[in-house]
Amino acid sequence: MSLSLPEVKRIAWLARIEITDAEAAAAQGQLNDIFKLIEQMQSVDTGGVAPMAHGQDVVQRLREDRVTETDQHAIYQAIAPQVENGLYLVPKVIE
Amino acid sequence: MDWETVIGIETHAQLSTASKIFSGAATQFGAAPNVQACAVDIALPGVLPVLNRAAVEKAVRLGLAVGAQINRRSVFARKNYFYPDLPKGYQISQYELPVVQGGSLPVMIKDVAKIVKLTRAHLEEDAGKSLHEDFHGLSGIDLNRAGTPLLEIVTEPDMRSAEEAVAYAKALHALVRWIGICDGNMQEGSFRCDANVSVRPKGAQVLGTRCEIKNLNSFRFLEEAINYEVRRQIELLEDGGSVVQETRLYDPERKQTRSMRSKEDAHDYRYFPDPDLLPLVISAETIEQIRSELPELPQAKRERYMRDYQLSPYDAGVLTSSREVADFYENLIQALGGGYKLASSWIAGELFGALKRAGLEICQSPISSGQLAGLLQRIQNNAINGKQAKEVFDAMWNGEGDAEAIILARGLTQISDARELEQIIDGVLAANLKSVEEYRAGKEKAFNALVGQAMKATKGNGNPAQINGILKKKLEG
Repeated sequence: MSLSLPEVKRIAWLARIEITDAEAAAAQGQLNDIFKLIEQMQSVDTGGVAPMAHGQDVVQRLREDRVTETDQHAIYQAIAPQVENGLYLVPKVIE
Repeated sequence: MDWETVIGIETHAQLSTASKIFSGAATQFGAAPNVQACAVDIALPGVLPVLNRAAVEKAVRLGLAVGAQINRRSVFARKNYFYPDLPKGYQISQYELPVVQGGSLPVMIKDVAKIVKLTRAHLEEDAGKSLHEDFHGLSGIDLNRAGTPLLEIVTEPDMRSAEEAVAYAKALHALVRWIGICDGNMQEGSFRCDANVSVRPKGAQVLGTRCEIKNLNSFRFLEEAINYEVRRQIELLEDGGSVVQETRLYDPERKQTRSMRSKEDAHDYRYFPDPDLLPLVISAETIEQIRSELPELPQAKRERYMRDYQLSPYDAGVLTSSREVADFYENLIQALGGGYKLASSWIAGELFGALKRAGLEICQSPISSGQLAGLLQRIQNNAINGKQAKEVFDAMWNGEGDAEAIILARGLTQISDARELEQIIDGVLAANLKSVEEYRAGKEKAFNALVGQAMKATKGNGNPAQINGILKKKLEG
């Protein structure tokens, strides 16, 4: 499998990364190299090997359902570009 | 052409936990903006999610209640999209391996039972809220809701009308409250439905193109939105057009659905397993523990009421509409030592009527099950008649005390003395010769008139069954 240039541009758009045509072409080459590596790995026979969802073979630890966090919004909002009445303000996005 | 409607429902049920699914921030509704959004919820760099045990247990509870498979191993995935109320740029959800798979929910549509099959139920986090008004052209973001645990419950495309969809949504709503995993508060968004709606020519095998109607937060909107959408799609197809797969919003003011966004781009979510979270493994012991704590489910209760108490399917359905109602009924019949039908008709009749007029839930009833039992006992042992019982009920509702005290204070007694009743009835017969003649001439209605006269003569305190018997005997004798 390899990616076409329009596919690279679409992925960049989905990730909200602005790239020039030259950067897209470079990224296309790098990504396709990665795909080659994946193809190489996929040629290994993994029949009989259970798929892993994580690199470490351990399981999720659970926490008890207790409220442990206190209100820190004033600290967090000190670095926000714009706030009002406790709300973070952002450019209007409405669909 | 005849069309068939096909509906599948996705429900987001907010799990009633104290803290969020991946952080220790509170989940309480109605707090001031952003005071319940901690570093994990607002996605500061370097934070890690830690899964809440109660959210997992509540998901398992639902799975067991619908007879689903509980996946002993499930995986969290990132669903990637950009929106300001989703500060990480992805929502943690479950994709390929959800915690609950399959299962079904029995639903009553009028008096006909239908089984709605479930596809899956998975755990995920809620997003924050965007407020678009009054911020000088900007949007305000409140992240208190971000990270609130949700269980998304997905059905197969099993429903064939808005009525069926509403019946399913109501049954699921009752169930999540029944098993104590969600408060079901639809105004606060604790229980929201998305409907996937398509139409196809009757008899066709393949499904038509569907539209998804998002965020329906009342049963009425669910019904209206589906009915509108079905009409819209049929009109489109009959005019030679085609349905475009898209997400639509329901506008309750105009009673219309409108296009929200086309699926094409926005729905390329690029799911992948979340490297911040390890696989969730649930032990067989945990599952059995949760199973042993499940209450008797509505369906089982309904069947038991019909079988053991000889209640009609309708009455059994009413009494199992919520756990509070079923508890009230069971306390009542326990106090009475029986009286299944009497208890059922007083709850569904007088009590529900009074609660509805007062806008109260059964748990707020001013009359306790014990107090109502006191009243029904007086009916059972013929101390008072039905009309008097209603008077006592109203007095109890107004806080005048227990049945016994009210009966004493008002001097309510039923005349059940046969000799006294016979005397009264002799008088009534003598005074209503015309009705007596009419009855003997075959006019059944005249009998009721005589019963009415006799009750009147006892000032409403006669035992109606006895009066009936004595009258019949005298008229025919």
